[in-house]
Amino acid sequence: MKKVGSVLVVGGGIAGMQASMDMADSGYKVYLVESTMSIGGVMSQLDKTFPTNDCAICILAPKLVATGRHENITLLINTTLEKITGKAGNFTVDLKQQSLFLDQETCTGCGVCAQECPVEAIDFFNEGLSKRSAISVKFPQAVPLVFSIDQDLCIGCGFCKGVCKAKAIDYTLEDKKTTLNVGALILAPGFDEYDPEPTQHYGFGKYPNVVTSIQFERILSASGPHSGLILRPSDGIIPKKIAFLQCVGSRDKRHGGEYCSSVCCMYTAKEAVIAKEHMPIVQPTIFSMDIRACGKDFDKYIERAQEEYGVNYIRSRISSIKEIPESNNLILNYESEDGKIANETFNLVVLAVGALPNQSTKELAKTLKIDLNEENFCKTKPFSPVETSREGIYVCGMFSEPKDIPETVVEASAAAGAVNVLLSEVRNTLIEEKVLPKEIDNIGKPPRIGVFVCHCGINIAGVVDVPAVVDYASRLSDVIYAERNLYTCSADTQSNIKEKIKEFNLNRVIVASCTPRTHEPLFQATIREAGLNKYLFDLANIRDQCSWVHMHEPKEATEKAMDLVRMAVAKARKLVPLQEQQVSVIHKGMVIGGGVAGMTAALNLADQGFEVFLIEKSDKLGGISNKIYQTIENYDVQELIVDLIKRVNDHKLVNVFLNAKINSIGGYVCNFTTNIVFGKDKQKKEFQHGIIIVATGANEYVPKDGEFLYGKTDKVILQSELEKVLFTDSEKIKGLKTIVMIQCVGSRNEENPYCSRMCCSEAIKNAIKAKEINPELNIIVLFRDIRTYGFKEKYYNIAREKGIVFLRFDNKFLPEITQNETQFSVDVATSRGDKITINADLVALSAGIVSDREGNETLAKMLKVPTNNEKFFLEAHVKLRPSDFATDGIFLCGTARGCATISESIAQALSAASRATTILSKDILVTEGVISKVDPALCISCNRCADVCNYGAVGVKYEQGLMISEVNPLLCKGCGDCAAECPAGAITMSHFGNFQIEPMIAEAARVEFGNGRPRIIAFLCNWCSYAGADLAGVSRYQYPPNVRTIRVMCSGGISKSFILQAFLEGADGVFVGGCHIGDCHYIAGNHDALRRTLEIESDLESIGINPDRFMRKWVSASEGKIFSDTMTEFVEKIKKLGPLESGFKKSIEIVK
Amino acid sequence: MGFLCNWCSYAGADLAGVSRIQYPTNIRIIRVMCSGRVDPTFVVDAFLHGIDGVLVLGCHLGDCHYITGNYEAEIKMSSLSKLLNIVKFSDRMQLDWVSAAEGNRFAQIVSEFTKHIQELGPSPIKENKTKTQCIDDLEAVKSVLESSRLRGLIARQRDLVTEKNVYGNQIPAEKFENLLNDAIYNEFVRHKIVIKIKEIGKSVPDIANEIGIKAKEVLEHIVVLRSRGLVDVHEINEEIPTFISIRGG
Repeated sequence: MKKVGSVLVVGGGIAGMQASMDMADSGYKVYLVESTMSIGGVMSQLDKTFPTNDCAICILAPKLVATGRHENITLLINTTLEKITGKAGNFTVDLKQQSLFLDQETCTGCGVCAQECPVEAIDFFNEGLSKRSAISVKFPQAVPLVFSIDQDLCIGCGFCKGVCKAKAIDYTLEDKKTTLNVGALILAPGFDEYDPEPTQHYGFGKYPNVVTSIQFERILSASGPHSGLILRPSDGIIPKKIAFLQCVGSRDKRHGGEYCSSVCCMYTAKEAVIAKEHMPIVQPTIFSMDIRACGKDFDKYIERAQEEYGVNYIRSRISSIKEIPESNNLILNYESEDGKIANETFNLVVLAVGALPNQSTKELAKTLKIDLNEENFCKTKPFSPVETSREGIYVCGMFSEPKDIPETVVEASAAAGAVNVLLSEVRNTLIEEKVLPKEIDNIGKPPRIGVFVCHCGINIAGVVDVPAVVDYASRLSDVIYAERNLYTCSADTQSNIKEKIKEFNLNRVIVASCTPRTHEPLFQATIREAGLNKYLFDLANIRDQCSWVHMHEPKEATEKAMDLVRMAVAKARKLVPLQEQQVSVIHKGMVIGGGVAGMTAALNLADQGFEVFLIEKSDKLGGISNKIYQTIENYDVQELIVDLIKRVNDHKLVNVFLNAKINSIGGYVCNFTTNIVFGKDKQKKEFQHGIIIVATGANEYVPKDGEFLYGKTDKVILQSELEKVLFTDSEKIKGLKTIVMIQCVGSRNEENPYCSRMCCSEAIKNAIKAKEINPELNIIVLFRDIRTYGFKEKYYNIAREKGIVFLRFDNKFLPEITQNETQFSVDVATSRGDKITINADLVALSAGIVSDREGNETLAKMLKVPTNNEKFFLEAHVKLRPSDFATDGIFLCGTARGCATISESIAQALSAASRATTILSKDILVTEGVISKVDPALCISCNRCADVCNYGAVGVKYEQGLMISEVNPLLCKGCGDCAAECPAGAITMSHFGNFQIEPMIAEAARVEFGNGRPRIIAFLCNWCSYAGADLAGVSRYQYPPNVRTIRVMCSGGISKSFILQAFLEGADGVFVGGCHIGDCHYIAGNHDALRRTLEIESDLESIGINPDRFMRKWVSASEGKIFSDTMTEFVEKIKKLGPLESGFKKSIEIVK
Repeated sequence: MGFLCNWCSYAGADLAGVSRIQYPTNIRIIRVMCSGRVDPTFVVDAFLHGIDGVLVLGCHLGDCHYITGNYEAEIKMSSLSKLLNIVKFSDRMQLDWVSAAEGNRFAQIVSEFTKHIQELGPSPIKENKTKTQCIDDLEAVKSVLESSRLRGLIARQRDLVTEKNVYGNQIPAEKFENLLNDAIYNEFVRHKIVIKIKEIGKSVPDIANEIGIKAKEVLEHIVVLRSRGLVDVHEINEEIPTFISIRGG
């Protein structure tokens, strides 16, 4: 049977998107099936994400757009899977798309229909806290941005069709059936939150002030129903005392699931912290059994929540909640840890609801004939975490087990990694390459600009006088042609633009319409099809940042639109064609580390046909797993290792180097050169490869001298040593009466302030095993929190049923071991306040995982990649890029990244391999066009550029005595930070260069119409603040029309000279907006923006300009309201300050 | 005040004159071409100007000069009546049918209606004690009637309930009635909130007290009004945020 080079991904949440992107980037055609109206999943509903407090929509939206625009991905929204036949490699699937009652291709997403719809319904995206129409879009940043009619609500009045200028609505459209031929399926259908309403669990549904955590997430969100104000539902008052209840629908036999939902402890801590950040008067209290902060840097977050934010933790499960009817306050009854019954009154209660299998998955499993486990999640095995029971169908994300976003993203890439092996022979068979005409050479020719102004139905034309804007544009110099369109984005206008380019010999195109964030790629593709370089395009945002935010000032809005067009024309005159560079890829990989992760990654790449160099520093493959015999689920680890080693050694594409040491690594993505010595006789070897996977693993913590008497007596052993006894010498156990296990040895302390993630499960696994060998044995586990996350909770329950005793101790009083001639005992002060002495025969220390500090540091320096405080490697983004480094071509997996189980390490290895495949599968890698360039003649070799670059892309090098200053186009991400930093003006940021921005500033400051004062110039970063300004438009938050926006890629790319020039040209105020600190799309560009703007403030003072005329604020992509409020306030302030101080001009020139 | 359609009721009134049938002098008549032309806001305007009672008279059902104009009048007045009911004005408005031949009937309706209004007494809008409240209420009613949402529903009611909607289905009268009632009530309360916080910012419980509905409901309306750009946060004193109307749309 012939294999098919396409993949069907079910579910468009973060998992489905990641899997789709990886597959599409690796040469496969992808069909992404989503049952709702937009991709984005639950993450799109979140306000912030832990542990970085990143704004969820800020980091998600670019991913949504990238997925939606990928040429190899077809999005099928409102679609479900009906039937499947065939086998791995060649499936036939039947799909059904429920009618949207409008044509997806024609709908422009303008939203006029929703405003006119007379039906009002509950908005599920806001969890019932607000209203929407019968025709609606899921959320403002939805992809694809199309509206749909909810047939259950629609009364068929016909108004929407009447107002739809795009003529997209068609009430006769029927459900559409499609049949597709695909090679593999990846399932990512996600999960449902536990619904406490049917049982009125904790009074939910009965008491208005009991809300679920996901509702609270919407309450917190700046784009949620209360615009970020925390208001309690009963009366709109800010709840001072908020109680968060953990494990609602989790770890509960009667409600929801018996397992742990893995994410609630962390998201609750986050919600408490964010609540406190939003409203300092809030006092959050969290009621929890265990605090399961077992991910990377999670414990630090919990600590900060308690110490910095004053979040109060109480160890208890609430028995009942009662409402005081007069005040709607809630009384919580609980038993505190020391056994006292207490009750306390709260203003609001948030239920941390757990994750349940998605409603649709039972049906889906039946259709696909795949097995579910006893909890109705998808059944997988620990050593093949992304494989379902049916070959060729893979799974990722919540569907297989509750897990957080990074684990989900890892699995998504891992599933793609597994498909890569299955379908590698048919890679690149179903993707189409677009044939484009040769680019017209325009270099040196005078600009001939075409301007296309969009009515956007009535969205723009209802406020802005579009014909007047067209007339104005046509009179600007270099503008050869100007016209207006009902919808400039419609298909017929695209062909019209192409015709006009030919007819008028245009060499620059400007569209005045909506936002470049969503529409620039479309118009760029259009002009490219007409033979123009795609960078000869600019967009004037006269909708989201003009007509929608100045709805009641048509005259001023029209003038602003004219200004924006004039600014775009000024930039367009200076636009230059940019070429994306092409670099050929060496189809080989290097994997550093020969543990389970390293071997899995190497085999995955080799099985796809890529040669791999596997570097192991010791004389043996297998890594830390050599010490482990079984997983908690009773899978044989030793068998796995033997099998992996055999496969690695037998594979002709895997070159194994034992006892190897890396001397040097040179080059960059696509083309690295590595030099090693290996073997006992120190042989030398040099090889070239396109990518690097870091899988260096970690070590077991070895207790310090005499810690818990370890090393002083053979009665104290490590958990791994006990495991060896249990599996190789079980007779020894039969003679024992009591074993005490001490948890968190070398974890969660000052030296290693993190959780080692697997020790709880290891201890429970060994305890159960020991009990099986010797049922009479007493086992006492001394713990701080039992962190059996996910389905591991089952084994915690089994252990307790078997009579294993668990006692909690407080970190302040560690257990003490006493040994003398008569006695060997453990003294422990339990958290209930009891002091207990346990006579033991054996003590097992659950030693944690520590990084190879020195080894990692050396390697990190060699690779120029970062590590965290504990010297674990630091990934590019802890949420969404867990397997990548910020530096392209280098990937990360296994315990080198942080503590992980074998199963998780395997998933990470497949994930890293999949990420690497996105490069290795290409013959040619095309670089970014928007990058920085250095003029070596001007360079003074101060190397400040290298200091601010977060990608190691720019800097001064000396080769054979010659100074070379250059930008590596393969590594540069185009933020412009280096250009803003360069004191010699040697670095030019392409497309946002000084010579392009400066004319824009001049035009922005020029007041051509009426009085137009005060005039404010706002520099906004593309990813957060500009997006926030757009959201203000989408939400119709009005602000004064005095602001002219200049978009830059990163606030770090705003040089001080821009700000000074703005004042020099006569601007009355200047605003700089960037991502919140920590949220920067370019890792930390906003830190540099902060430094420069602080300097500017003092510079202004010395020049004689009131520094109050300058304002810097971090505005995220979800803070539309905050953007409009900020603009309103700033304009008011500048109005009060009056016209710009005179007499500063001379000094400003000097400062500049 | 009487709104009379040109073809039947106005002719009926003329016939009363020709026949010298006497009726009270209290009525002032405005001629319209069809009873369907009577925008419900006309009636509210009349009340706002201190009119004590309004009569809307058209052709008998089936006799309309414009085929179905009086059916539309019936629908419009029924929604109006629901709204007036909330503000206790519905007693002061009456819709009836008078043909060109019914001079007697015209005089009788006017006499009875005049008597009825005399019994009710003068409009509360003229009393100092109730004046502000009445103006607020009637302004809210008028705003609701001007809103595109309600006008849309009213305009399509007959088509959707008696004929077919865009999918070729008929909407059950009861379902439509519920939808309309909800819309009328919710929009009225929302406009009322907007009026209550026109000048001074008020907290949700305070608004709830003034209007006499639950605070929870007020908050839900505030969410909608904020998304429509009609209301915004005024200030936050400790834990109590207040809201105020803003210009917008």
